Amino acid sequence: MNQDDLANIAAQTKQGDSRYDHVIKVCVAAGCLSANADQVKTQLESEVKQRGLETCCKVKGVGCMGLCAAGPLVAADANEKMFQNVTPADATAILDSVVDNKPAPAAIVMDSQLDFFTQQKKIVLENSGEIDPERIEDYIAADGYEALFHVITKLKPLGVIEQITKSGLRGRGGAGFPTGLKWTTVHKAAGTQKYVICNADEGDPGAFMDRSVLESDPHRVLEGMAIAGYAVGANKGFIYCRAEYPLAVKRLRVAIRQAESSGLLGNNIGDTHFDFKIEIRLGAGAFVCGEETALIASIEGGRGTPRPRPPFPAQSGLWNAPTLINNVETFANIAPIIRRGGEWYASIGTEKSKGTKVFALAGRVNNTGLIEVPMGMTLRDIIFKLGGGIPEGRKFKAVQSGGPSGGCVPEQFLDIPVDYDSLASVGSIMGSGGMIVMDETSCMVDVAKFFMDFCMSESCGKCVPCRVGTTQMHNILERISEGRAETHDLDLLKRLTGMVKEASLCGLGQTAPNPTLTTLRYFMDEYRAHIEEGRCPAGICHPVKAEAEVGV
Amino acid sequence: MTKAKNPKARVATVWLDGCSGCHMSLLDIDERIILLEEKIDLVYSPLVDAKDFPENVDVTLVEGSISSVEDLHKIKLIRKNTRVLIALGDCAVTGNIPSMRTVFPLSEVMDRVYDENADINKQLPTKIVPALLERVMPLHEVVDVDVFIPGCPPSADNIFLAVSELLEGRVPNLTQTTRFGA
Amino acid sequence: MNKPGVEICTLIIENRECGGRSDQTILEVAEEYGIFIPTLCRLSGLSNIGACRMCLVEVKGSNKLMPACVTKVQEGMEVTVNSPKLAEYRKTVLELLFSERNHICSVCVTNGHCDLQALAQKLGVNHIPMPYIHPHLMVDASHPRFLADHNRCILCTRCVRVCSEVEGAHTWDLMGRGTTVKVITDLKRPWGESESCTGCGKCVQVCPTGALSEKGQAAGEMLKRRQFLPYLSMMREVGR
Repeated sequence: MNQDDLANIAAQTKQGDSRYDHVIKVCVAAGCLSANADQVKTQLESEVKQRGLETCCKVKGVGCMGLCAAGPLVAADANEKMFQNVTPADATAILDSVVDNKPAPAAIVMDSQLDFFTQQKKIVLENSGEIDPERIEDYIAADGYEALFHVITKLKPLGVIEQITKSGLRGRGGAGFPTGLKWTTVHKAAGTQKYVICNADEGDPGAFMDRSVLESDPHRVLEGMAIAGYAVGANKGFIYCRAEYPLAVKRLRVAIRQAESSGLLGNNIGDTHFDFKIEIRLGAGAFVCGEETALIASIEGGRGTPRPRPPFPAQSGLWNAPTLINNVETFANIAPIIRRGGEWYASIGTEKSKGTKVFALAGRVNNTGLIEVPMGMTLRDIIFKLGGGIPEGRKFKAVQSGGPSGGCVPEQFLDIPVDYDSLASVGSIMGSGGMIVMDETSCMVDVAKFFMDFCMSESCGKCVPCRVGTTQMHNILERISEGRAETHDLDLLKRLTGMVKEASLCGLGQTAPNPTLTTLRYFMDEYRAHIEEGRCPAGICHPVKAEAEVGV
Repeated sequence: MTKAKNPKARVATVWLDGCSGCHMSLLDIDERIILLEEKIDLVYSPLVDAKDFPENVDVTLVEGSISSVEDLHKIKLIRKNTRVLIALGDCAVTGNIPSMRTVFPLSEVMDRVYDENADINKQLPTKIVPALLERVMPLHEVVDVDVFIPGCPPSADNIFLAVSELLEGRVPNLTQTTRFGA
Repeated sequence: MNKPGVEICTLIIENRECGGRSDQTILEVAEEYGIFIPTLCRLSGLSNIGACRMCLVEVKGSNKLMPACVTKVQEGMEVTVNSPKLAEYRKTVLELLFSERNHICSVCVTNGHCDLQALAQKLGVNHIPMPYIHPHLMVDASHPRFLADHNRCILCTRCVRVCSEVEGAHTWDLMGRGTTVKVITDLKRPWGESESCTGCGKCVQVCPTGALSEKGQAAGEMLKRRQFLPYLSMMREVGR
């Protein structure tokens, strides 16, 4: 395939779609599928057939539309008409509305002008909810693989890296390392064999950004990886995806097969000398395998445990070769940056955090789902405008960003801009993009205990501070929530948080104390109530002040 | 007798859940006991005839772990009435051998001892014998401890050193002379 | 015998000017200069994994603590081995290890010859401030000559490494996550039924505690013999 073929496919696909008066899009990402979106789609298709509308009305499955709370979602006519909580029985009403312009029942009509939709800025998710993730033609029609062709035919590797550096893109996996710098390091590293790895081992509780991207727009990630491969000098890529994402894996497999048979992956891509192949490796669900050195160990076939850095994977990674590891969302940003230029990307966001960020809104918020917003939007706007506020008029208490590695941000900081540095300044992290909202019915001791329990169970057990430290901290938090703790337990807890944070081998242990540290900092009164008064202010825990455990 | 009239330090020793080996080791200070006698009043001990733990004790050496309801009540009273509390020996410092039963559910331990392994009168004790705790604990898990003397048992030299230092008003440092299991 | 790309560096460890090769670790250079850095999972002659965190040191200019056993020296490095913070963290590591399993020193076959016990004494650990976890663990006595007592294992993986790297049998490995991690033989078969175990006993000799021991020993009787290790490792290097 060459650039002309690509343009032909794009034109043909666009033309094919323009034949229809109405395109009805049904979300077939995992969230809506679990609410029977596939049956909705089948029903719509047979209804279209029954009415003999096949020539003017097309039903297609698309990726995530974002507002998962209201799924299954259906959209038509460039999203002017949107439907929520749809069941197969609603197919008639939807067609009546779309084709005959009859008003649909209020229960399924969704306001497409909600802040949730209008306040977003979509780069990573630009195709999500628009294209059929299982058709490469749809991706190509949306300018897909154009950036790859541009890169391999017109740019030198360093020219690619220059654009990425200019864009100011930082790693979207959580730590926020400048992507351009990482690419430069791998590019410069000595070695004939280099690798590109896409980290799709998303494991934070409540986070599903990467899953959604892979399910909704898998080609975008493949294209990003291929461009990265060209830039750093790698001819082989691995996607390390957790096996708990079967739909994402299936769509990736389909996408890789399509890209290979179209000559967009494999040898001599676009009739150049650039070869790039991608393989999928499945993770067995260990959270720690999201840590890059543990991930590499797992791909190599070993036990998924991290090793001390340096050497960093950029110097010595997979099978000791220089290896570029980026997260799904990072790779998903690459093609648009190349298409529209690094400067365009750098014009979005804040001074030190450029571009947009995808967040998974979860917890006690009205509009749970997936959003993409420019860096620098305030937490308040995200939660109250896009998120639609707290259900049932309850009071906001805190938002947990960054999953088990992040912190709980209290109300007083709701007006900070969401970027890497501001979140870090209040004790949290950007993380991969999970955002769990908590209201007055959430107990912060319980929240801290939940995340510590997670880290304790997911610790690989290699280094002592993480393995035993998280267990001891969890036990203290459990004693506090059960009303069995004394004031000196708090001192021990504080001592352990500091030690585990500084002495642990990898990021899992180093960040495991964050939820506890921030709740200690901002919600000390709740800890005191449990310990001193035997009372849980939120009514979640049932602390009982007892003398001691007495048996027999 | 008030403290002002008697310049001797009021010292107590207590035997909780332990094998009495630490008390044996205490007696192994041999003739040095005469030196101590000049400086202390032994106000409570398995070695003397006091029935109740007295008030205003300057130094208490506690052997054994906290294993029963009675131990729990005792250690709290001891802490209340003692200025310097010494955890004497591994049982008091770590739980040691008594704590090895903690890994089993208490009911299994009781059945094993009073039923499976009993030759006659198989029955669980209900009177007089204090109820056991689920968890055997070192002293510092229940009360604040001022000085730790690990060892099983700590040597007579270490015990003598610790007490002598305290009588001189110094906090003994025994880390280089004794250890867990010594 | 300098390898290509290896340079001589001068650095400062604990206020002393030291010289080393750029392929040496901070720990190796410190040892040559008689500067003590406590270690536990490390054993000379085996690969270094930086897992126990005893040898953490401060390196000027870095906000992270570095494990001396795997961190290579660099020109101009300034290393602090002893600081109040490092002392506290090392003590905490030992305290956590003692709290994790059922180390009852008084009745251990290695009492008096145990690396964990000796280090605790050296660093002044005289009680464990956190509650003991008291896990219910088994003793594997299936091997005719050796015992594996998981109550005393600190998961340093010296056994795993010596078996894989020196003996070449790779009988030992790890299973599980978090505090449920255990060393296992042959995909968790009883040691006595292991088909890969050669019965060489190297694992027993390198084990820092009483977790692996020879049968028939009473408390305090198990002395570990490790003289073979540097020799075998050297032979292995020469053979390459």
